[in-house]
Amino acid sequence: MALLQIAEPDASPAPHARKRAIGIDLGTTNSLVATVRHGLAVVLPDAEGRPLVPSIVRYGENGVVTGYAAMAKQASDPHNTIVSAKRLMGRGLADLDGDRRFPYRFVDTPGMVRIGTRAGVKSPVEVSSDLLRALRERAEASLGGAIDGAVVTVPAYFDEAQRQATKDAARLAGLPVLRLLNEPTAAAIAYGLDNAAEGIYAVYDLGGGTFDISILRLAKGVFEVLATNGDTALGGDDFDHRVFCWIIEAAHLPPPSASDARLLLVKARTAKEQLTLHDETAIVASLSDGTPVDLVLTRTTLTGITANLVAKTLQPIKRALRDAKLAATDVKGVVLVGGATRMPQVRRAVAELFGQPPLTNLDPDEVVALGAAIQANKLVGNRDDEDWLLLDVTPLSLGLETMGGLVEKVVPRNSTIPVARAQEFTTFKDGQSAMAIHVVQGEREKVADCRSLARFELRGIPPMAAGAARIRVTFAVDADGLLDVSAREETSGVAAHVSVKPSYGLTDGEIARMLQESFAHAADDMRARALAEEQVEADRIVEATRSALAADGDLVDADERARIDAALAEVARLRAGDDHTALRAANAQLNRATEPLAARRMDRGVQRALTGRRVDALSD
Amino acid sequence: MARVHGVAITRSGFTMIDFTHNHFALFGLPERFAIDAAALDAAYRRLQSEVHPDRHAGASAAEQRVASQSSARLNEAYAALRTPLARAQYLLQLHAVDAIDERDTQLDVDFLERQLARREAADVASVAGDVAALEALHAAALAEVADLETALARDLDRAGADFSGAKPRVRELAFLVRLADSLDAMIAALD
Repeated sequence: MALLQIAEPDASPAPHARKRAIGIDLGTTNSLVATVRHGLAVVLPDAEGRPLVPSIVRYGENGVVTGYAAMAKQASDPHNTIVSAKRLMGRGLADLDGDRRFPYRFVDTPGMVRIGTRAGVKSPVEVSSDLLRALRERAEASLGGAIDGAVVTVPAYFDEAQRQATKDAARLAGLPVLRLLNEPTAAAIAYGLDNAAEGIYAVYDLGGGTFDISILRLAKGVFEVLATNGDTALGGDDFDHRVFCWIIEAAHLPPPSASDARLLLVKARTAKEQLTLHDETAIVASLSDGTPVDLVLTRTTLTGITANLVAKTLQPIKRALRDAKLAATDVKGVVLVGGATRMPQVRRAVAELFGQPPLTNLDPDEVVALGAAIQANKLVGNRDDEDWLLLDVTPLSLGLETMGGLVEKVVPRNSTIPVARAQEFTTFKDGQSAMAIHVVQGEREKVADCRSLARFELRGIPPMAAGAARIRVTFAVDADGLLDVSAREETSGVAAHVSVKPSYGLTDGEIARMLQESFAHAADDMRARALAEEQVEADRIVEATRSALAADGDLVDADERARIDAALAEVARLRAGDDHTALRAANAQLNRATEPLAARRMDRGVQRALTGRRVDALSD
Repeated sequence: MARVHGVAITRSGFTMIDFTHNHFALFGLPERFAIDAAALDAAYRRLQSEVHPDRHAGASAAEQRVASQSSARLNEAYAALRTPLARAQYLLQLHAVDAIDERDTQLDVDFLERQLARREAADVASVAGDVAALEALHAAALAEVADLETALARDLDRAGADFSGAKPRVRELAFLVRLADSLDAMIAALD
C-alpha cells in the first residue's frame, strides 16, 4: 500500500496498552458500531450476528427497547416508538411545519422539539442517546471493558445546532467523544485505505434522511476534502414517503390513522427495497378497520414517482464540483454510501453525471462506521500500521455583520481546518467607544438571511476619529470544527473574545432554502448589497458634512450653504428609497458641494497647526 | 534542532513549523510567481502530515495548541500560494506593495470600459437565460486571465523586477477573476 511512513522513531508515543476505541454511525434508519481489531476495521454485530441496529427506540410498558425489538412494535404503538429521530436533532417545532410524516405527540418547547411518550416528554437528544447507549453496551460486551474513545459520524452538511445535539446525545449515553466526523469523509477513509486509492474521488452519500456529496483528493495517505455540499432533509425516507402516497392514491384510501400510516410506510419501504432486485412487487396489507390493500408496484412507476428526488441530489454535486474548481470528468471514482444508493435509478443518475459507473465494491451500510472506527483508533492514540491524515473543511461560510445588515465573510465555506483568519474593521463614528460583533453562518449577503451564532462587544475603544481605529477580528476554527472569535483594537490593545456555542442552529429547510436562494437570488443580492453600501456611504457623508458645518460653518457663503443643504436633502430623500444608482449620484453631488468647505477647513487646520494651537482645543 | 524545509524537529521529537519563514520558504519553494504546483501540493501534504493536531493525538495540551496553530498557518500559506491571484498579491506584499489597496482602486480606463461592457452583456444574457453567451464571456475572461498571468510571470520573475509597477496588472487580474467567478455563478444558476 502506497501510504506515507513519516512517524519519527523518537516521536512515537510510549508503548502502552491498546485502548478501546469505537466508531459509531448514528443513522436516520440504521446505526452501527465498529472497531479496529488486529489492524482491521470490523463492525460489531449483535448476539444474533446482525450488524445493523434499526434506529428505533420504543418507550414500552416495561422500559426502553431499541433496534429490532422496537421495530416490531412500530405499527402497533406508533406514539411511543420513535423512528428517524435524527431528522429532529437540533430542530424546533416550527422547522417541522408541514411535515406530517411524524405521528408523534410533539410538545413545543423553546429550542428543540420534544415528544410526549409513555415514559414522559423526550427530546430527540434523549432518544438518540438511548440508541447510542445500546451501541455502547454492545461494544463494551464485545471489547471487554469501558470505551476509551468514540468517533460519532454526522452528515457533512449538518449545522452547528445539529452537531451540538449529536455531541450531547453521545455524552448523555456515557460515550467519551473524541470527535464528530463527517459521514462521507469517514467513508472515504475506509474506502481509500482499503483500496490504496489515489486521485480525486467523490462520495455520494444518500442516507435515510440526509444527502451529502464530498469531493476529496487522496494522495500519499492524505485525505484532503476539497468541497462538500448537500441537503440535510433529503433521504431514503422521502422515497418511502413517495411510495406511501402512491399506495394511498392507488388504493383510494382515506387519510390513514397513525398506526395504519406506520404500517403502510413499512410496506412502502419493503416494496422500494424489493424493486432494487425485481421489476415489480406486490404490496399487500390489511388496515385496522379491515380494509384490504392489494397493489402491484413496478420499478418503472417507482422510478417515475421518485425522479425529482434523484434530480434534487444532482444540484449539490454540481455546486461541490464548482467549489472544488473541478469538472465531473476529473473524478476518478464515485463511492456510494447509504442504503438508498442501492436503488438502480440512483446509480444510473450518478453514473450519467460522472460518466462512469459508481464503485460498489464495499457495503454502503457499513463503510461509514468502519471509517469512524479507523479515525477513533488513531485519535485515541493506538499505533496505526497505516499512516494517513485527514484534512477536512468547514461546510458553511462564517462571517460578521457589517454596516447596513450585510455579511462580511471571514472564513469562506470549504476552508480547510484548522483555520485562522483575521480581518480588519474600523469605527463608523467619531469617538465611537464600543463595537458590536455579530457572528453569523451562511452563504447569503444579508445578515437576516443567515444564521446567527453569537454576539459580543468590544468595549473601551479610546476616542478616535471615525475610521481611525483598527479593529482586528480573528476567526479560529480548530480541527474539531469549534469556532473561536476574538477582536482587538490594534492601536490601544483593547481586546474581547467569545467561544461560539450556539444554542440552536439553522433548520433543515433553512439550509436548503438558504443555499438555493443564494444561487437563485445572486442578482437580487448584488442589488441589495449595492444599495446597502450606498446607504452606508450616504450616512457617512451626511455625518461628516454635519459635523464639518457645526465646526466650521462660517467658512461657507450663503450660496454654497444652500447648495450643500439641497444636496443633503436629496441624499436624505433617496436614502429612504431603493434606487442605488440615484443614491450614488446624490452622494457624489453632496461630495462635490462640500469640496470648497473641505478645502477651506484643511487650510484652517494648517493655519492652526502653524500657530501652534491644538485643533481639538478649538473644535468644540 | 534539525531543519527540513521549514519544519523544526525539537529534541523531544515534537515537530513544529518555523513561524519566521515566509510562505514560499515554508514550502521550500523559490520566491517566484511561476511555481511548480505539484511541488507546492506535495510540500503542503508532507508538512501537514508532520504538524496536524491529529498527528499528535497523544501530545500535551500545549503541544496540541502549537500543532493547531502550525496547521492553520500551513493552510493560510497554502491558500496564499495556490491560486495565481493570491500568489501575485502575496509576492507584491513581500516587497511592501499593497496591490489591492482600498484607497487606491484606480484601473486603466480602457480596461474598465471593456469590463463594464462585459458585465452589462452578462446581465443581459443572464436575464435572457442565454447560457451560450455567458459561456463565451466566461471563456473570454479566462483567456484574458491566462494572458495576464503569463505577463505577470514575465514581469515578476526577472532580475530587478518592478513590483510596484506590476500593481495595475494584479488589480486587473483580481477584477477578471471576480468577473469569471460571477459569470460561472450565473451559468450555474441557469443550469
